[in-house]
Amino acid sequence: MRFWVNRLLGVTGALALLYAISVWATENLQEYYFKVIILCGIYIILAVSLNLVNGITGQFSIGHGGFYAVGAYVGAAWTVLWQPEAARALPLLQLNTLHGHIVNLLIALMLGAFAAGCTGFLVGLPSLRLRGDYLAIVTLGFGEVIRVVLLNIDAVGGARGLIGIPSLVQSGNLGFFWVFLFVVLLIAISRNLLQSSYGLAFLAVREDEVAADATGVNTTRVKVTAFVLAAVFAGIAGVLYAHFFINISPDTFDMNTSIIITTMVVLGGSGSITGSVLAATFLTAMPELLRDFKEYRMVIFSTLLILIMLTRPQGLFGHGELGYATFQRLIRSGRGKTL
Amino acid sequence: MSLLSLRDLHVYYGAIRALEGISLDVNAGEIVTMIGANGAGKSTTIRAISGLVRPRQGEITFDGASITNLPPHQIVMRGVSQSPEGRRVFANLTVFENLELGAYTRRDRSGIVGDLERVFALFPRLKERMYQSAGTLSGGEQQMLAIGRALMARPRLLLLDEPSLGLAPFLVQSIFEIIQDINRQGVTILLVEQNANQALRVAHRGYVLETGRVVLADSAANLLRNEEVRRAYLGE
Ligand SMILES: Nc1ncnc2c1ncn2[C@@H]1O[C@H](COP(=O)(O)OP(=O)(O)O)[C@@H](O)[C@H]1O
Ligand SMILES: [Mg+2]
Repeated sequence: MRFWVNRLLGVTGALALLYAISVWATENLQEYYFKVIILCGIYIILAVSLNLVNGITGQFSIGHGGFYAVGAYVGAAWTVLWQPEAARALPLLQLNTLHGHIVNLLIALMLGAFAAGCTGFLVGLPSLRLRGDYLAIVTLGFGEVIRVVLLNIDAVGGARGLIGIPSLVQSGNLGFFWVFLFVVLLIAISRNLLQSSYGLAFLAVREDEVAADATGVNTTRVKVTAFVLAAVFAGIAGVLYAHFFINISPDTFDMNTSIIITTMVVLGGSGSITGSVLAATFLTAMPELLRDFKEYRMVIFSTLLILIMLTRPQGLFGHGELGYATFQRLIRSGRGKTL
Repeated sequence: MSLLSLRDLHVYYGAIRALEGISLDVNAGEIVTMIGANGAGKSTTIRAISGLVRPRQGEITFDGASITNLPPHQIVMRGVSQSPEGRRVFANLTVFENLELGAYTRRDRSGIVGDLERVFALFPRLKERMYQSAGTLSGGEQQMLAIGRALMARPRLLLLDEPSLGLAPFLVQSIFEIIQDINRQGVTILLVEQNANQALRVAHRGYVLETGRVVLADSAANLLRNEEVRRAYLGE
């Protein structure tokens, strides 16, 4: 009982804090920096979710942009195409109040997450039987197929994309709140997974799939679970993107996007949640910070990446995590090499 | 009736034929050994029993029910677990986590704790190294861990694929003693070995495999006395 009361207080406190930061950030930050921060949050969701598959479960998937696209398009299809119809029948769904915005955003999130999760299941079930390079090829191909399909659906604008999506995420100064709510939720899920005996099975699949099979782990189920969970969160990231930046087109979700997300996971150190978070922040913010260097910025950016991979091929964090325990160790040992 | 029986098992790797009609039986309470040269099909037989490869033809029965086409995790749940060839511990996980994974299919908390104690009693070294990652263990310790992990499933039938391979001579002796201890605790064992001499000394019965077929089946004592076996596998 006491445990649940404490839990409830903790969650309420965290939500209040997120809300306070959200209001402060919207009112005080320059719009440009605010947008970069939101984009960082969205890429953190993408990288940390892909890390569930590539890092923790050890499967090499490189088509995460596809699930991002499915979430964005299905979520936006609700608000642009279906919501006006539905609102005529159900006044609760009208967009003229804040709670109308919130209800519609939640519906878009659920639809986007569900669609991305189903797609993840359909792609994952057959292709996760493949190993290594083959899985990479199938997932990369899947990302492209999604893009080409979207290009050819007139109802969602074809190559023009969907424009003028209601900016539901920004309503009521809640932009930061929504994005980082899902960042926190995803990190909590990933951490709990890593520390539970259920999650041990995911690590076992990464370590040695045959041995995992032999010890009684249902490896197919573990891989599909990781894949679907990752797809669900990519879908959520897509819905958030669409309803914050209000324009999406198939090009928003091209192969480069998928590759950047994969790079974030590898750069951060496959399996490390902290690594994915920092790499996602770095790779999203860096090109923006380098804007003054004009066309040289992509060169600087690539050089930095190559340097990091040369000096730390296991990624910035390897399998390690940066947390309270690490700080304690750092302080006690008084040296910086314990990472 | 036998606990495990294989009937006319044929296994292929793509176009390569690995088993050409293996039949064998393991009775409850026995230690049965499979001996044979490299490539004879011993590991493939073990893999087929645990569901890691699918036979093209033939039948595998465990405790009266067919397990021929079950997925590996369901075979573990039925009570068959293995210590695979080459040990294959989860190198980046701790000794404790490896053992925990061995009990992955079980839900009886108190039973798992009891079995952990049993494994530590058999292999005190593992207890000392409980929180060390498995990759840092010596070869012998990794072998103990692989056997311990298989025991954590509380199997009725334990499959051991070359447990003595690459171990120091004094460790080989103690591994075989531990195998007998495990058997005395009521676990039936199918033991694959290249060290035919030692294997036949601890086993009740043995099968000799050559190029995917059983060429000899007899009591271990008789096989130890058999002229051909002595020449081909005991180096005499
Ligand atoms: N993964 C594999 N792919 C192809 N052929 C294999 C594979 N594993 C084993 N074989 C072949 O199957 C036969 C039996 O091998 P194996 O069961 O490992 O023998 P043993 O354990 O008795 O040394 C050998 O001819 C071997 O080359
Ligand atoms: Mg072998």
